[in-house]
Formats: sequence, C-alpha cells, structure tokens
Amino acid sequence: MTQEQLRHLLDIKSLSPLLAEQILDTADSFLEVNRRPVRKVPTLRGKTVLNVFFEASTRTRSSFELAGKRLGADVMNVGGSSSSTSKGETLRDTVATLDAMHADVIVIRHAASGAAAYVAERTRASIINAGDGMHEHPSQALLDTFTIRRHLGKIRGLKVAICGDIAHSRVARSDTLLLSRLGASVHLAGPRTLLPIGAENWGATIHDRLEPALEGANVVMMLRIQKERLQARLFSTMREYSQQFGLNDARIALASPNAVVMHPGPINRGVEISGHIADGSKSVILDQVEAGVAVRMAILYLCAKDPEQTIGP
Amino acid sequence: MRELLDSESADRGLRRVAGEILERHLDASNLVLIGIRRGGVPLARRIGYWLERLDGTLPPLGHVDITLYRDDAATAMPNPRIGPSSVPVTLDQRVVILVDDVLYTGRTIRAALDALLDYGRPKRIELAVLVDRGGREFPIQPDYVVRTVEVAPDERVDVHTKGEFTNVDAVPLSSPTIPPPSSVQ
Repeated sequence: MTQEQLRHLLDIKSLSPLLAEQILDTADSFLEVNRRPVRKVPTLRGKTVLNVFFEASTRTRSSFELAGKRLGADVMNVGGSSSSTSKGETLRDTVATLDAMHADVIVIRHAASGAAAYVAERTRASIINAGDGMHEHPSQALLDTFTIRRHLGKIRGLKVAICGDIAHSRVARSDTLLLSRLGASVHLAGPRTLLPIGAENWGATIHDRLEPALEGANVVMMLRIQKERLQARLFSTMREYSQQFGLNDARIALASPNAVVMHPGPINRGVEISGHIADGSKSVILDQVEAGVAVRMAILYLCAKDPEQTIGP
Repeated sequence: MRELLDSESADRGLRRVAGEILERHLDASNLVLIGIRRGGVPLARRIGYWLERLDGTLPPLGHVDITLYRDDAATAMPNPRIGPSSVPVTLDQRVVILVDDVLYTGRTIRAALDALLDYGRPKRIELAVLVDRGGREFPIQPDYVVRTVEVAPDERVDVHTKGEFTNVDAVPLSSPTIPPPSSVQ
C-alpha cells in the first residue's frame, strides 16, 4: 500500500485534501500534549530544525520554535538582519551552507514569492514555507482551518468572510484555497484597490463592500491593514478605512449569531477591528495562537520522519 | 492457529488480577488504571469493572498513546495515526496500574513509562498484562499476568476484544491481520 507522505509544505495549492486532513487530525493529539504538566515529547530527539526568517516575524517564528522544542528537536533561529544575507550572500549560497549543516527541516520565510520552492529544489532537508512574498502562508491556513473545525465542528457548508487587504495577503490566498477545497464558501471583501486581480480563480466570491460578505457568515476573518499601503495611496485615511471596512457592532450583527471572529495578527485595534470585538466572546484570536503550536508540531512531525527508512508498523 | 485464552478464562484471569491488585494494595482508593492504546484500553476497563465488584470503588481510568515515545518514532510507519491520550487525574503520589494486552519485547512498556512520567510523579507503577509471550529485549517484567506462554518469533499473538469478551490466539506471522478492536476510540 503506497501512502502519500508529507515531504515539504510549500503551498496549499499542491497539498492534497487527504494530507491536509491528516495534518489537522494529528494536530488534535498535539493540542493535548500542549496541555499536559510536561509539555514535551521525545519524538524528534536528535533532529535539527532551522528557522530561517529573512522577514521579520514574531508569532510564526516563535510558534515554530516552540513546536520544534516540544517535539524534542534542536531548533536554531537564523535571523534576517544578523545573517550573511545582509553581507550580500545570495539565497542559493545561504541554502547550500544550511544544507551542509544537515538540517532535517528548514522553516523559511522570505520576501520573494516562490523562495521556499526554490530552496526545496536545492536541499536535502524538508522545507516548510512560513510565508513567501505575496504567494502563500500554508501553516497559517492550516491553523485557521483547525481553529474553525474545533469551534464549529466542520468546514463543509460554512460561509467564511475574509476582509481587508486581500491583494497583499498571502494568508488570504492560502486560507481561500484550503477552505474552499474543504467545502466552505469563501467571500473576500475589501476596497477595490486592495482586491487582487484574478481572485475569482481562487474559488471565492468577491465584494467591494463588507456587508454582503458578512451577511450570515459563520466565520469572519479580518486582515491587518498595513500602514505602507496608506503611503502607496491605496486608500485615503486610516479613519476612512475604519469607517468603511472596520468590523464594528453594527456589522458583526449581520453575521450568523454563533459566528467566530478571527485575525491572523498582529491586530490594529480600532482600525480593521474594534477593540471590544477582538476581546469579545465571538473572538477566537487567541485560540488561533494556541492552535498554531499544535498544527506546527503536526507539520514538523510529519515532515521530519525519514521516508526512505520506513519499516512496517 | 492455536487458542491461548478463550473468553471465559481470559475474564476469569482478569478477575484474578483485580483480586491480586486489592491483596497488594488493600483498597483501590489510590489506584489509577491506565490502558496502553489500543489493546490495553478495554482490558483496563474490565479490570476496573472487577475492582468495583470486589471492592466497591472504581478507580479513575485513563489511556496513553505511545506513538510519540517509540524508540523508532522517527522511522516507523509512513503515516502514523497519533491517538488521543487521556489521563483524568494527576499521577502525583498515585499507584498506577499500567495495562497492556501482550507483553513481548518490552519496548512498548518502556515508551509508556516515559509517557506516564509526563503526567506527574507516581508513587509506584505496576504492570498488568493479558499474555506474557516471552522474548524480552528490555529488562521489564509484569506484576500481574493472566497467562504466561512461550510464543515463537514467527508467530503473532492476536487479541480480539468485543465488549467484555476477550479471546487470544497465536497465529503465524504470515496470516492476514485482523483489524484491531473497534470498541476503542
């Protein structure tokens, strides 16, 4: 019997629904590990995980670091500004160097779309994409899906509204691909200037106002609006953005009564989401963070196994 | 195929084990029964049933999944299903009766001991098994055994549990595997 094996996690597009479900099921068990008196298992003892972040990140990097450590792996962080990239080394040479250190898994974030796939072709290690440019952020999509599944019990048939700066968001792209593939109907809403070209092909419905997306939604996911977009004049003022596209009491009332509110973080309170909704009873933002560690443990665990040495059960 | 235990003698054996546990510990109030997933879980439940019948108290029941603690965790099985573990009480100062179906190399028990210690510091851990088939690779021995029998390395011990009925056969390794007990979730 040949079973599919997770070798790399590069994007949602190339991840089969079967493997996605396996990651989510495995994460269920790791959630329990994270609540024990001793939150560590020896499964990946002797394995090396490298966190290579060419872009700033706090939560994703620390989430992967914690996940690796709780599985007993040795985790090393290679930062962007302290690395030799700032001295002019190419990505190709950096990867060759890391490969020579015999890492088992390399978690990589890079500003260039396709960087993770490029690295995967040039190393023996398993590559996990922790965000590549405006392309994808697959582990975030998996943890979002995991959080929704835990709170609402299923994915199929749900209406999911993803709101804000869709065009520049790799989270929106990965979430849309995964959730629609698992049977949710995904609605993307944002100012026209922040809607991507060709997003219809992701399998989503596009709106240039928030209200039709929120109507009856089971999941409301707000995206961070970045100040850089203001400088690029993609919308006029933060205040105006907040009035038209911020999640407030009137708008959340349009959603289904048992809807959950999500945000990949970091939050701009009072801009894309009002503070008391972020802290309110519908908010599962902190559950997303907790789920993040469990889901990344599942990804590391499934990637770090030696495929060629496989023996029977 | 030869039968090692029919369901009647298996259950009588589990009742005897419950009696031996009470003899050694006088009362069941400080005990915790932990089954090793999956085969040990229904047996732990059944020992619990007999403890309650004999002593009037049903100790807390839990189970551990040892997949993450296997000494071959990084190589074994292409797509392992990690099952849930559930330990309902802290194990600090408790007497843990660890229950498994078949004791063979001892590697599973070694892994289970590591798993248990992540839930606290038990006062004592004792091991109860349905069948001790010999062939140990680690220095581990059981405290309570229903049946001790030599089984050749080219044979497999199949345990079938359905509700409260358990029977055990030795079959050649080459024969097809019967799916594991479905009563365990």
